[in-house]
Amino acid sequence: MSMHPLKTSFAVTAIVCAFGVQAADRTVIQNKGSDTLVNVAQAWAEEYQNVDSNVAIAVSGGGSGTGIAAMINGTVDIANASRSMKEKEVKTAKSMGQNPIEHVVGYDALAVFVHGDNPNGTLSIEQMAQIFGRGGKSTAWSDVGAKVPGCGSDEIVVVSRQNNSGTYAYFRKAVLGAAAKKGVISKGSFRMGTLDMHGSKDVVDLVEKTPCAIGYSGLAYATDHVKMACISQETGGSCVSPSVKTASDRSYPIARPLFMYTNGEPQGEIKKYMDWILSDVGQCILVKKGYAPARDVSCG
Amino acid sequence: MNQDNPTMPDKAAAFDQRDRDWYIDKAVQAIVFLGGISAILFIIGIFVFITKEGLGFLLRDFSFSEFFLSPWWEPTDEDEPTYGILALVAGTASVTGLAMLVAIPFSLGAAIYVGEFATGKKREYLKVLVELLAAIPSVVWGFIGLSIMNPLIIELFDVPVGLNVLNAGVILGLMAAPIMTSIAEDALKAVPDRYREAAEALGATRWQVIFKTVVPAAKNGLLGAVLLGVGRGFGETMAVLMATGHAINLPGSVFDSVRALTATIAAELGETAVGSPHYEALFTIGIFLFVVTFIINLSADLIVRGVRNQ
Repeated sequence: MSMHPLKTSFAVTAIVCAFGVQAADRTVIQNKGSDTLVNVAQAWAEEYQNVDSNVAIAVSGGGSGTGIAAMINGTVDIANASRSMKEKEVKTAKSMGQNPIEHVVGYDALAVFVHGDNPNGTLSIEQMAQIFGRGGKSTAWSDVGAKVPGCGSDEIVVVSRQNNSGTYAYFRKAVLGAAAKKGVISKGSFRMGTLDMHGSKDVVDLVEKTPCAIGYSGLAYATDHVKMACISQETGGSCVSPSVKTASDRSYPIARPLFMYTNGEPQGEIKKYMDWILSDVGQCILVKKGYAPARDVSCG
Repeated sequence: MNQDNPTMPDKAAAFDQRDRDWYIDKAVQAIVFLGGISAILFIIGIFVFITKEGLGFLLRDFSFSEFFLSPWWEPTDEDEPTYGILALVAGTASVTGLAMLVAIPFSLGAAIYVGEFATGKKREYLKVLVELLAAIPSVVWGFIGLSIMNPLIIELFDVPVGLNVLNAGVILGLMAAPIMTSIAEDALKAVPDRYREAAEALGATRWQVIFKTVVPAAKNGLLGAVLLGVGRGFGETMAVLMATGHAINLPGSVFDSVRALTATIAAELGETAVGSPHYEALFTIGIFLFVVTFIINLSADLIVRGVRNQ
């Protein structure tokens, strides 16, 4: 390799890494995707510098769709996703010469956020479907029996994510899809007029500033200024608050696996990195960032 | 070259000189010609490119009634993706419409003042300031919409969110006003002075001269200015992405959040697999936008040209 590896194109890097050939001095691993995972991916990348300083990991977010698209287009080594790849996407990837392999690296509780002043602390799957879903009947806070201070119009401002976000896809399937199957709402998709934010953090920021708002995002994005709803399966049933613990023991109803995709079975530096992520050290970093580990670990 | 008795070397030198100039002349001519036709080449190239990328969708999944009449834009639905742009068109149209309501009185007033009333230094300063306003990047306008207009609208109108048609419309109106002012002022300038003199000779007041004589005479140019503003509104991306709230919606009032066609492309294109139906559908929106802005700009141009040829 005569070129400096940092300057080589993504594609070249991908090929080099896929064949396990090490660049002369430093290997760059391209890691891209889910906004839910981006903080922990960044933490892993930084910590890994102390493990092997010859490997640099370039992390960027943008959403699960971005990561998966990049995997299909062959421009990343590891794609992060908070949803699994669709069959169609796997097929497209194979037709373009990629062979995506799925690795579960942790679990995330999907928190439903309301404004700090909102007295409404519990929501059932059905109530959420009525608020977020197409044909849902709840358009005002009084419809779910709440009076929100600061929200004069009583109108619920529904905050969602852009349509290629993994968080969007999971919420749609686990909440709206499930409710549609039960016949609560007509179709398992979002209502018209949701504010589609471009990142997990944007959702929390908007909810924080808007008393009438409700939104969903990964647990790790929670701040002190917003309130997380306690979620129950049935209206009036016992509810579970989102936390690392409730996500780990699967008692929280809307927790989802987090994935990393590699092109083919990981080899060379990528394999070492993936193994390290799934080791106790890597998993404890994940836990510290507010996610549930892929397997039982005890972190001091 | 009419020296009486030139010596041979002089003659040769003169010839050389002319020869070099001739080559330079030709070279410059070629460069200018390339520069001149490059715009045409680029526009054809861009059209071919977006058509090629969007063609797969147009041939395979495209359904006229769904595309133009369905308000549901759900390209990532696993079972039955819907590609309806009605809500997006409504978003773009409502924002652009409101922007024109804001921009037309502003730009017309500014053009009349700069063109008919202001004199000397004041006039020069104003012209420079108007051009300066046109130079503000659209992302800065979006930032103003997000961080200044948003809380202001919430406070003034007691609405839950300030990212809506009103916010984006005002921002876009202010963005379009400078270019509209420039063109409207040109149109007013193009009205011959003898019209004004004749009107004044008949005893018309300043107001009557402007509104009964100058503005009617310049109406084509003014219409061209408005159409160019509309074209600007249709194509603007960053500011509307930030100020509209990015919500797929058929707006019922100016306080509803909407989503623009351009903003949809900007937000989603980077995250789709190349060649997927979603990717191609976004390019189809691109073709639609291209055709619409092309028609608007062409008619604006023809109208303005029409006024010059009169």
